[in-house]
Amino acid sequence: MAEKVLMKGNEALAEAAIQCGCRHYFGYPITPQTEIAAYMSKRMPKIGGTFLQAESEIAAINMVLGASSAGVRAMTSSSSPGVSLKSEGVSYIAGSDLPALIINVQRGGPGLGGIQPSQSDYWQATKALGHGDFQMFVLAPSTIQEMVDFVKLAYEVGEKYRVPSMILSDGMLGQMMEPVEFPEKNDQDIPEKPWATNGHQNKRKKNIINSLYIEPQELEDLINERYQRYELIMENEQRAEEFMTEDADIIVVAFGASSRVSRSAVHMARAQGIKAGLIRPITLWPFPDKTIKKSMDTASKYLVVEMNKGQMVDDVRLVVEGKKPVEFFGRTGGIIPTPDEVLAQIKKLAGKEE
Amino acid sequence: MAKTTNILMAGFGGQGILFAGKVTAYAGLFDKKEISWLPSYGPEMRGGTCNCSVVVSDEPIGSPLVTAPDLLVAMNRPSLEKFVDKVVPGGTILVDSTMIDIKVERTDVNVYYIDSTRIADEEGLKGCAIIILLGKAFKELGFVTAESVDKAINKVIPPKKAAMIELNQKAIKIGMEA
Repeated sequence: MAEKVLMKGNEALAEAAIQCGCRHYFGYPITPQTEIAAYMSKRMPKIGGTFLQAESEIAAINMVLGASSAGVRAMTSSSSPGVSLKSEGVSYIAGSDLPALIINVQRGGPGLGGIQPSQSDYWQATKALGHGDFQMFVLAPSTIQEMVDFVKLAYEVGEKYRVPSMILSDGMLGQMMEPVEFPEKNDQDIPEKPWATNGHQNKRKKNIINSLYIEPQELEDLINERYQRYELIMENEQRAEEFMTEDADIIVVAFGASSRVSRSAVHMARAQGIKAGLIRPITLWPFPDKTIKKSMDTASKYLVVEMNKGQMVDDVRLVVEGKKPVEFFGRTGGIIPTPDEVLAQIKKLAGKEE
Repeated sequence: MAKTTNILMAGFGGQGILFAGKVTAYAGLFDKKEISWLPSYGPEMRGGTCNCSVVVSDEPIGSPLVTAPDLLVAMNRPSLEKFVDKVVPGGTILVDSTMIDIKVERTDVNVYYIDSTRIADEEGLKGCAIIILLGKAFKELGFVTAESVDKAINKVIPPKKAAMIELNQKAIKIGMEA
């Protein structure tokens, strides 16, 4: 087994991308994400890769579009305000059926907001990062180990279905250190991309990467074909972790940083005789509706905990369809809720208010 | 019974706050505990103050942000004033009394005053004042083993600065005997 080392989430994620064969990083510094760019700037030149600090976030995402068009593993990273700037480019990537890895180490918003951890870009990541009908494959890590493991998954799923992937992290996971283990042998078997514009050498038909379709019928047909792939992703790629849900009466639903706090609260609730459990969505899109649906057999109430004013709670309510109460608790602006605060909400739902 | 120690270290930039946090975290790792380390970041750091949350636990760690420390290591007066009331009742506060000229008024916490910056300077351990306080903390609270602390120092100090290993080991020893 490889040795466990202490690493900052941002640095661990960057190292994981390199181990997955990413040799093209384009970015622009912004707190609390800058360590990713700093790590890449140190490592990429030593391994024959490209680190480029672009003149802006918009330039960086379009460089990713170019690199992905050529079929290589590329990535960009930023934090909330910077991700907003990338939105046009992400829409073009989706409209061109390209895989690409985009990292958002979230901070408080809107506007420049703050620099402390937040989850207030859930809607942006899962509903509309940019114009047009499209989705991204969105993963929400909750540990530094997952910051590492999800990079591979993000590349693989993105390439399989030709969709952009996002790792939706936050300032807490980006800045903190935890023990982490890298796979001893990370196979860098990057699949062939027959669609890539990497030189046909007169041996095949030329490939074109494009997102402009003037003919409405042609565009509708293309979008419909893309949505068939989205259907497959929703069917095959949902991921969620269940914790103490088998007999749970009250189920807390939380992702990323807030799921860690919620897990502590569930532990505390169990110690006080309350049958609480936790569902932690790992894929935010596709939303793990199968796991939520299954839990409705036993759960009588839901509590959604987020570091925002209530965004994922919409998706939980869509699945629950009003059949059970779905309550929300959140802190925003860069505040991390405490386990005690979440426990108080669980107790309230259990009718055990103090 | 599962045990969790929430630690907050605070002071000026340059006092080795983040380094001391890493030594503590690695010591926990070598003791096969769950650990987390979270620094303050952004303009808070640029203002000159610096703090670091470390959690050492038998259980997976929920929030790595320490808001109610079991142990506060205060390396300057603003840090002590800011966090003194956050320490849990029965908790421990270590005060560098070279840097801090006030006393803790609470009576429900254990407070140790150590003249650590002065001692460090006199012993030729410049910059190791916080490590002296850590030595005291390890001795009084025993949340990590002495063997792991030693391994942690060897791990955290890069080979280029190997000369610092001995100095830090000496600082730990002074702290444990203080």
